[in-house]
Amino acid sequence: MLDISTWFNDLLAGNTIFTADTLGYYWEGLVTTTQLVFLSLIAGLILAVPLAIMRSSKHKWISLPVYLYTYVFRGTPLLIQLYIIYYGVVFIDGIQETFLWPVLREAFYPALIAFTLNTAAYTTEIFRGAIKATAQGEIEAARAYGMSPRLMMRRIILPSAFRRALPAYGNEVIFMLHASAIASVVTLMDLTGAARFVYARYYAPFEAFLFVAAIYLCLTFAILFFFRYLEKKLLAHLRPQDA
Amino acid sequence: MIDLQGYGPRLIEGAGVTIQLAVLSLILAIILGLLTATAKMSRNWFLRRTATVYTTLIRGVPDLVLMMLLFFGGQIGVNAISDMLYYNYDIDIYINFNAFAAGVLTIGFIFGAYMGETFRGAFMAVDNGQIEAGKAYGMSSSLVFRRIRFPQMMRHALPGLSNNWMVLLKTTALVSVIGLTDMVRVAAEASRATHEPFTFLLPVAVVYLLIASVSEWIFARLQKRYDIGFGGQ
Repeated sequence: MLDISTWFNDLLAGNTIFTADTLGYYWEGLVTTTQLVFLSLIAGLILAVPLAIMRSSKHKWISLPVYLYTYVFRGTPLLIQLYIIYYGVVFIDGIQETFLWPVLREAFYPALIAFTLNTAAYTTEIFRGAIKATAQGEIEAARAYGMSPRLMMRRIILPSAFRRALPAYGNEVIFMLHASAIASVVTLMDLTGAARFVYARYYAPFEAFLFVAAIYLCLTFAILFFFRYLEKKLLAHLRPQDA
Repeated sequence: MIDLQGYGPRLIEGAGVTIQLAVLSLILAIILGLLTATAKMSRNWFLRRTATVYTTLIRGVPDLVLMMLLFFGGQIGVNAISDMLYYNYDIDIYINFNAFAAGVLTIGFIFGAYMGETFRGAFMAVDNGQIEAGKAYGMSSSLVFRRIRFPQMMRHALPGLSNNWMVLLKTTALVSVIGLTDMVRVAAEASRATHEPFTFLLPVAVVYLLIASVSEWIFARLQKRYDIGFGGQ
């Protein structure tokens, strides 16, 4: 342990900007960014599945409200959505008396809510596209087996739709990672927030932002490789067969 | 009508900034995208590599981080260059780092990478026989580009182009963070000053939706025009 810390100190020796202190800020930022992106993606995914099923419904009164939701959230900048939730949450009647207030007062939760609603809207549209692209023959076969619509959705349509949605969803995950940078605007110390802090403290824009850009690049590549691996596993049956 | 408490004119001015910024960066992005696509398809190893590095790096880093790098680093960089010119060559110039120009350059530079991918795919979708036919008619390569490759490429590029434009439009909101007075910045300032966030932020959201709807309509018309000869495909 001592070896590692002396090695680390030697490495940082003579470096005025990247001290152990500064790297600590970046580390905290990495943790915040990861939490924010991961939690909002999970929550967004859970919301998006039922919404996508509703959105593909034949009944206008079911699909239209979902369409309006995705239209508004995909048509306006995430920054505006974040501001509305961050500044607007105070104005919900009586919120300040409830047990939720200490939680919602911090910037993390408004940001999490905004990101979740945003990614849920995009994911809904991705899933809807995948559901719509289900081969007619599969549906006919399921009907011929006497499956109820509910069983057909669960056993036939959704499993194949999820696989088809995988490449597009991978893009959405990367998009969300990049979009999460705006959390720093509402005083959150995410990765970008850490970079802004280091920039302000040392007036060293190139060091502060290039370093954080490199971290984002690594994260992006990690997500890219993860999804490529998933696609290889889950979409194996769609690959052209070797001769 | 909503009471904008005197912020109305500034909001309209801000909307003007947003639209100008978006349109100018779109033009820059299209030019850069065409150059990138050409470089990616060229036989020159160096050009291909440079274009790949450009598109990979830009698409791997958040827009906001790139913007901050160029905005905050830009002034320091410009100062360093003018200092260097003064000490070494005795040229005394002062370059003012204009925030609006920096915004256009940054957004154009970012979306040039996305456009490059869109255009590359579209160029490759044009049937090679068409280009050969053009050459057989004795057309120069620039004429082949203007009369054959470009018009047919646009048919394939338009869906991606429209998609990129929608993302670009929403990205312009980020310049408010860095100090440009677009409509998002005016609305955020007004919300903080008056404690009435919905009065200012909701109309701005509606303006974004309006611009998106109008551009959707324009792109549908353009698609119709470039689909001529492909009978309703």
